[in-house]
Amino acid sequence: MDAESLLLSLELASGSGQGLSPDRRASLLTSLLLVKRDYRYDRVLFWGRILGIVADYYIAQGLSEDQLAPRKTLYSLNCTDWSLLPPATEETMAQTAMVKGRFMGDPSHEYEHTEIQKVNEGEKIFEEEVVVQVKEETRLVSIIDQIDQAVAIIPRGALFKTPFGPSNVNRTFEGLSLSEAKKLSSYFHFREAIDLKNKTLLEKADLDPSLDFMDSLEHDIPKAGSWSIQMERGNALVVLRSLLWPGLTFYHAPRTKNYGYIYVGTGEKNLDLPFML
Amino acid sequence: VLEIAIQNAKAYLLRTSSKSGLNLYDHLSNVLTKILDERPENAVDIIENISQDVKMAHFSKKLDTLQNENELLPMYEIAEMQKTLFLQGNLEGADQELEDEIAESSLPNVMESAFYFEQAGVGLGTDETYRIFLALKQLTETHPIQRCRFWGKILGIERNYIVAEVEFREGEDEEEVEEEEVAEERDNEAIEADEEEEDELPKAFYKPPPTIPKEENRTGANKYVYFVCNEPGRPWVKLPSVMPAQIVIARKIKKFFTGRLDAPILSYPPFPGNESNYLRAQIARISAGTHVSPLGFFQFGEEEGEEEEEVEGGRDSFEENPDFEGIQVMDLVESLSNWVHHVQHILPQGRCNWFNPVQKDEEEEEEEDEEKEEKGEDPDYIEQEVGPPLLTPISEDLEIQNMPAWTTRLSSNLIPQYAIAVLRSNLWPGAYAFSNGKKFENFYIGWGHKYSVDNYTPPVPPPVYQEYPSGPEITEMDDPDVEEEKAFRAAQEATVFAAEENEETEEDEDED
Repeated sequence: MDAESLLLSLELASGSGQGLSPDRRASLLTSLLLVKRDYRYDRVLFWGRILGIVADYYIAQGLSEDQLAPRKTLYSLNCTDWSLLPPATEETMAQTAMVKGRFMGDPSHEYEHTEIQKVNEGEKIFEEEVVVQVKEETRLVSIIDQIDQAVAIIPRGALFKTPFGPSNVNRTFEGLSLSEAKKLSSYFHFREAIDLKNKTLLEKADLDPSLDFMDSLEHDIPKAGSWSIQMERGNALVVLRSLLWPGLTFYHAPRTKNYGYIYVGTGEKNLDLPFML
Repeated sequence: VLEIAIQNAKAYLLRTSSKSGLNLYDHLSNVLTKILDERPENAVDIIENISQDVKMAHFSKKLDTLQNENELLPMYEIAEMQKTLFLQGNLEGADQELEDEIAESSLPNVMESAFYFEQAGVGLGTDETYRIFLALKQLTETHPIQRCRFWGKILGIERNYIVAEVEFREGEDEEEVEEEEVAEERDNEAIEADEEEEDELPKAFYKPPPTIPKEENRTGANKYVYFVCNEPGRPWVKLPSVMPAQIVIARKIKKFFTGRLDAPILSYPPFPGNESNYLRAQIARISAGTHVSPLGFFQFGEEEGEEEEEVEGGRDSFEENPDFEGIQVMDLVESLSNWVHHVQHILPQGRCNWFNPVQKDEEEEEEEDEEKEEKGEDPDYIEQEVGPPLLTPISEDLEIQNMPAWTTRLSSNLIPQYAIAVLRSNLWPGAYAFSNGKKFENFYIGWGHKYSVDNYTPPVPPPVYQEYPSGPEITEMDDPDVEEEKAFRAAQEATVFAAEENEETEEDEDED
């Protein structure tokens, strides 16, 4: 959610129950402004909170002019001091795929797990058990990246793409209409398109290239299952909750410009989803 | 004469035109009014335009026949429903009644608890909480309720559930349908009669394990009654009492709630009931696992003279300790042994108080004795399941993979003197408890599932059961060959021939 409309956004996202305490809210308001100034970001988003055993991580992201460019992620333990996180790479993703369980809350905590690796010594091939240590910070980075890639969403029309390449915030976006708000196809993943090229020409003919340049939620696996769409307060608020990453809440007030998403959860994927539907 | 001329002129001016329905008199007066109101420059030069404008403005649009009310209906509907919450209800009668109401109010102070929970970062937003507060008030007014509490909110796919935990006044319980039990007895009798008639069919070994009866109302897992609604303003629905079988199976499955109480639960092992039963079972599990209070807040009631008889399974009643002095917030945060569970643990059987399924009525015991003589099975003694007694400190809760079952936090590090202690369950994510030393409250907001580090694996179906005792009637054999058949027939004919010979000889003998 945008740091500028933090209070309203928190109020709108409160249906999921997890919010922020008043002192965290107050410190966020001030510190995010300072972050924006210091790092010279175009927009600062409060991404959410990952609950650890000992402490919680508060995560913020900074965006530059091009909305789809890789975002910079910052984390803080107390909402006042923010530290930049390194970007996620494939190596880190592979390493952290083996780590299970909750976050501890201590960024320097190391997870250990043993892997059996094949070591070549001359002509013989040994299988050795290697203890791999993964730092919690790395795990944090890759989890945030996974969540972003999987479930960060944005309503259709909120961004538009210029012919030069970068995508910008659409200032004429007035919000989705009620009938559009209930359909999964009017929400897009907030990342570079992956599926778009695989669409048939017939499907692409209906798309508007300046608005429809991201993947929509319709084709998420499992179909019609990984998102829960609800209207709250009658029809005044549409809330999407991800079932794959429980804790991700996206809210949008139809016909207004208010929208945003926040993740408050343990940072673990819900792999039991197919059994639970 | 002058006057008549004036009147004639005016009548002429007032004549309505056949084409447009206007008359010159009115039109000229409108034009002059407009000019005097607006005072344009060089009015005389633009008089024709002004006249045209007045004529155009005369035509009013027809009423819009399009009705655009349809889209926003649900929003208005819920607003209407919630508006009724805000109505005060009949306050006829003197202030006496008002005082009575306030004295006996079973309504909890939801806003106060919500304030404390907000310090912890948990909560539904002030407006929503207030509406829930009013909905609870409506609940207490329509039902005879002794005590009521806002239990929490369970999220679902299509809709969410707002849950209220309620204790009815003494004797005011709606009686459970006793007809079900009578019907079961009748069914059993009918089945027995059938079995006696059809003696020819081989009888199956299989006896279903005896159904464990549910606990009585107000005890154990059914201590409280739960009401749910989808949104504040909608009518409250009472959830049925929970059966032990439902809890046992709810422990083995993991399903999302859809938000409709009558939705079926398709799962393996098959869940006996629909979503309302599953919801009730999960609520029971969550309450048993995560409802905690500071040590000393509750104490066991003093039982005079009954100390000799120890109720199997431990004591199950407690009351508030009037001498509770409160615990320091720092102590509550630092040590988990300052918190205790005040809801009974649910045994693996599915009940809080152990039920021995081997106890039977006299009739059934006689039958059992007969059957036992024939087959000699079923050990009489099943070990009693024991769970941790009531009011055990939560420091005794099992750890999950080196992770403590609870996380404690101070609500604010910046102002510790007014901070409160917040407890967060790691076993049931979404369960919170707070205490400021004297007051405490529990709350749940989440999807309603337990936390497990490993993925869920559905239980394997049991091996195929050997149904019938094998005997010559049902053992498979090959069909006899042609030669075997011939040999058999020859042997038969031989015996028949021999019998006939015997008869003939007998007859011969008789004749003789």
